[in-house]
Amino acid sequence: MNPSVDALRATFGGSTAIGRALESCGDTIVYVGREALLDVMAWLRDTPGQTYDYLVDVTAVEYRDRERPLEVVYGLRSLARRADLRVKVELDPQGDLTVDSVVPLWRGADWLEREAFDMFGITFRGHPDLRRILMWETYAEGYPLRKDFPLRGRFSRAEQVRQALAAHPEAHYSLEELSIADAYAELPGDMKERLRRGERGTVPDSE
Amino acid sequence: MSKRTVELEVATPGVDARGQPLRVPLGVAEPDLAAEHMLINIGPQHPATHGVLRLVVELDGETVVRVIPHLGYLHSGFEKLGEYRHYNQIIPLTDRTDYLSPMANNVGFALAAEKLMGITITPRCTVLRVIACEMSRIISHMVWLGTTSIDLGAFTPFLWAFQERERIYNLQEMWTGARLTTSVTRVGGMMADVPDGFVEGLRHFTRTFPKTLSEIDRVLTRNAVWVGRTQGVGVLTAAEATNHSLSGPMLRASGVAYDVRKDKPYLDYETYDFDVVVGEHGDVYDRYLVRLEECSQSNRILEQAIERLPDGPVNIADPRVILPPKSRAMNDMEAMIYHFKQVMEGVKAPVGEAYVGIENPKGELGTYLVSDGTAKPVRWRIRPPSFINLSALPRMAAGHLLSDLIAINASVDIVMGEVDR
Repeated sequence: MNPSVDALRATFGGSTAIGRALESCGDTIVYVGREALLDVMAWLRDTPGQTYDYLVDVTAVEYRDRERPLEVVYGLRSLARRADLRVKVELDPQGDLTVDSVVPLWRGADWLEREAFDMFGITFRGHPDLRRILMWETYAEGYPLRKDFPLRGRFSRAEQVRQALAAHPEAHYSLEELSIADAYAELPGDMKERLRRGERGTVPDSE
Repeated sequence: MSKRTVELEVATPGVDARGQPLRVPLGVAEPDLAAEHMLINIGPQHPATHGVLRLVVELDGETVVRVIPHLGYLHSGFEKLGEYRHYNQIIPLTDRTDYLSPMANNVGFALAAEKLMGITITPRCTVLRVIACEMSRIISHMVWLGTTSIDLGAFTPFLWAFQERERIYNLQEMWTGARLTTSVTRVGGMMADVPDGFVEGLRHFTRTFPKTLSEIDRVLTRNAVWVGRTQGVGVLTAAEATNHSLSGPMLRASGVAYDVRKDKPYLDYETYDFDVVVGEHGDVYDRYLVRLEECSQSNRILEQAIERLPDGPVNIADPRVILPPKSRAMNDMEAMIYHFKQVMEGVKAPVGEAYVGIENPKGELGTYLVSDGTAKPVRWRIRPPSFINLSALPRMAAGHLLSDLIAINASVDIVMGEVDR
């Protein structure tokens, strides 16, 4: 077992921040409470003797067993000490899938969290740019890697083609990009409305 | 008046009879170009984006203010597909992620599945997998070198690099029957042992390949155009590279000496004699130097692997994991039962999870498998090195010229099959 687990218990002990720890195939896994995630991660990164300065991966796991919680998995590594630690946060798949973003600690989490959002629908609070990344921005079929998502997708191929053909060409740009360009007048009404509400980007002055 | 000036008068408006430019009073002021930003779209069908990457670039004149990459044009849902497949059935999918180094991906997945199932592979298999990984590194770096040199205007290295890649492809075809989609590993072993003549072919390659490397080195490393286009471009410091989770040559070019083969050894890499190539400045030029030298180091590893390749079986002797030979399956009842159970039910993995990172040509390829005790993984996660390396592109490109953006994007060494998965 990785000694960082005992160090975590000694520091965050007395609270529910550190859950159970276990070992699987030689890797140490420690469960962390959702509320304490950012504190624990910052402590793991900045404390001398821990120095987990490298984020290997951010992903999520949903089990086939519906009773089991959905897990957000962080792979941490200390480059200097050549040590690895896997941190997990459990979320209720039927409940609020929100967890703090670790982008303020590791810039590398940016796209990894966007991918977890795109594929599992997990909201990372405090992420600077939480948009879909592999699927397109107007994708409406849900979150592909969730277990309730059918392998062939929710919409029929005919419906997918119909939507693709009916899409406004400017829909291929994100709202942020369109707010830079002069394409604002050409936008469909609903996108204009989203821009006006300030959901993404800023409305150009030339309106 | 000579004939020459007459021609000038006719041919070039705005020039007087002596060939001097006419001074034209400007009636209107030039538009304030500095205040106006331009948005241009590069890709997804653009050769310089190395695949179906689309970049929306905000420009101030010719200077990049912001790059917004758009991905997903090649998204195939491999991770979702993997949840519906047996472990051995996933191996063909791994070919198609980073299709420039398919054999290394096969090895990465097989190692993770074996770690999950607690399988120890045979000595001959271990060495064959090292050969597969290092051959992949060479072809992947050769493609990178060729395409990047084309992006920056050097055509000749492209031809040399692709010739070398072709020779490895011939070896791959000899071994697996396929050039691109090799599917060379199986859980617990390999699809096949290397055929007769393979080792001799590989030995010939390792003897002649360094000559091409030195030719490429001579034509590029001190080339004024190459140096001018690459040095000081797209710089990332060691701290930034670490914080952006970069891996592989991108991380090492910034001066961080982390190589999975040395620091978390797999396949007995610790017993091979090779150097970890580390850069200093973290710019495009250092990434080029690191990749070029990695090719020589891979060649060294290949030479050692050929020498130590032991005799013996390639597959482990466990009939629950390894398919029996076809002749036995058709003639022996017991072998046929194992064959049937493996094809119909697959190999069951115990409950648990395993992460294996291997040093792929692009960076650290991680395979994270979660099992609930059935023959199909609950979750098969690929840690895609070029996806994560690409995420630093907006940071690297800001403030550079548009033409530098092409060089920086090329230096990341992306392959969209893996970025989009």
